[in-house]
Amino acid sequence: MNRSRRRNHKLEPPPAWRARAMLGLFGVFAVMLGARAFELQVLDQEFLNEEGAKRHLRTMEVPAVRGAIRDRRGAPLALSAPTESVWAVPAALLEDPGRLSALASELDYSTAELRDRLENYRERQFLYLQRQLSPAHAQRVMAVGAPGVFLQREYRRYYPGGESTAQLVGLTDIDGRGQEGIELALDDELDGTPGSRRVIKDRVGRVVEDLAEFTPPDPGGDVRLTVDLRLQALAYRELKAAVLEHQASAGVALMADPETGEILAMVSFPSFNPNSRDSIPTGTLRHRAVTDTFEPGSTFKPLLISRALDAGAFTRDSVIDTEGGRFRVGRLTVRDFRDYGDVDLRRLLTKSSNVGAAKVGLKLGPERLWQVYNDYGFGSISGIRFPGERYGVLRNFARWDDVTTATAAYGYGVSVTALQLIRAYAALADDGRLRDLRLTLANQDDWQAAPRQVISADAAAKVRDLLGDVVSAEGTAGRAAVPGYRVVGKTGTVRKVEGAGYDAASHQSLFVGMAPADDPALVTLVMVDEPGSGDYYGGLVAAPAFSNIMREALRILRVPPDNPATLTADAAAEPESKS
Amino acid sequence: MTGRRAVLLTVLGGVALASSVAVIEAKHQSRELQSELQVLRVERDRLRTEWSQLQLEESAWANPDRVARMAREQLDMQVPRHFELIEAQP
Repeated sequence: MNRSRRRNHKLEPPPAWRARAMLGLFGVFAVMLGARAFELQVLDQEFLNEEGAKRHLRTMEVPAVRGAIRDRRGAPLALSAPTESVWAVPAALLEDPGRLSALASELDYSTAELRDRLENYRERQFLYLQRQLSPAHAQRVMAVGAPGVFLQREYRRYYPGGESTAQLVGLTDIDGRGQEGIELALDDELDGTPGSRRVIKDRVGRVVEDLAEFTPPDPGGDVRLTVDLRLQALAYRELKAAVLEHQASAGVALMADPETGEILAMVSFPSFNPNSRDSIPTGTLRHRAVTDTFEPGSTFKPLLISRALDAGAFTRDSVIDTEGGRFRVGRLTVRDFRDYGDVDLRRLLTKSSNVGAAKVGLKLGPERLWQVYNDYGFGSISGIRFPGERYGVLRNFARWDDVTTATAAYGYGVSVTALQLIRAYAALADDGRLRDLRLTLANQDDWQAAPRQVISADAAAKVRDLLGDVVSAEGTAGRAAVPGYRVVGKTGTVRKVEGAGYDAASHQSLFVGMAPADDPALVTLVMVDEPGSGDYYGGLVAAPAFSNIMREALRILRVPPDNPATLTADAAAEPESKS
Repeated sequence: MTGRRAVLLTVLGGVALASSVAVIEAKHQSRELQSELQVLRVERDRLRTEWSQLQLEESAWANPDRVARMAREQLDMQVPRHFELIEAQP
């Protein structure tokens, strides 16, 4: 400012009354403030308490949607849809008893029940009245207009695949955490991160003001399975029909693409309805392909022969004397269904001769026989990362004597899972390359081990050729035939171990096969547990289900027929019935 | 001297006024956008709900068992079993 002008101006002292008046005024203000503070803090606490209760700063969770599980073509197998959960502040709701009965009837309570529940939890600020209602139902509840009643967004899991995918996809609990199956195995990928918002709420819980702080929820990622829902539903339908027809206790069906190790269908019966979780019968929750082990029985023979050919111990023209169908090894007598005389390897497989297999096994010796099992992946898990997968039992060859060796040669004394068995057959189908099985389409290459050549491509092709007569009127599985295709495969009929020994009345019927024979596009396994209606041979129980599944699957996947001549003929030849 | 001062004051006053009007304008806009965002969030929510319900509906209609049943019963279809082979014409 202008200094020269200020210097010229003469300053006069202010009048003394001004200072005194100001001081007096301050004094009055101080007394007023003090009095008001005293009144609020000491005399009238009510008021502040009430004002405080009218608004609280709260952090509200914004739920994140869980990722979907889809099949290889994108069809949903598990999907979260929004639902509304109704909750109340009990004290606030009890203030308006007039609306209780209307509210109770919308919520499927009786009026007395609702009142009791509210009285019991009167002190609480939050009480669920009904969880996971459809949005439309929730709107009807809110239309009652009862005080202190609110909605909270929650997600509910739906499983469109129903029974066919129940054990595979698994379940979540009501709070959306994975409990079983893929839901559990890939929980980290599926699970979202809830967001939050800061709000000011009033006494009965209404949001009065939404503050700007908002962290959006981070939804979970989708997971794509290798399974094809069409094939899954087909396999389930046929497996269920076979189990019911033969009054069996359970069953498993598996289908895989041998060139990639991808599982196309994986079903377990009995199953449950995953959309109504009130009643899940015991024993239906586990996926039997993963958790149940059995002895592979005759289905092991082609694997044995493949190694015998590869090692040069036998050629396709080798002839084995089956000793009239009775062959003593130490304290054990190996029996055939009947006397097959001298057999070559083709006839050994076609007729499923135990004596022939035992002789091949004894010639290979315990160590090389153990090696066959080990190389084909028995005793190690399949790679699909499914919860509860079993390793089976493969004891070390150092403890095998002649009896153990002979029985191991036709698939006894070793326990395997259905997954291990189909993986071994996929190797047979894919020119001897054993792959880890695969259940998810994502991150294909990062965790997958490279395929392992367990036998030469030549030996694998020879075995597929030698199996050519199994699915014929001559062999054990005429009923596995599929018109238009050359199917190769092997039956198995295994007596179940019950307590100390084998139970003569309790069996497992198996068929594992592939088509088209020269360059298989599909490998399929069917296992029926404890058929109870008389028939129990794999060729009679499992093979027809295999045929039905394969016929439809090859059509759905448009695999060109390799044997079109049989399309015109009536292919229903009567099979011989044995294993 | 005083002329320049007056001009300066007027200009500064004008700028201050303009700035305060702009603040009001921005506040107003922010409020409008906020409420628009809220409306859009609600809309997105509604569409997501509808989308998941439509997916569920589609998978219910497209259920393989249902399709097979309808093909058999309502459309009188069957899986072809016997074929006649014809030579492909060159």
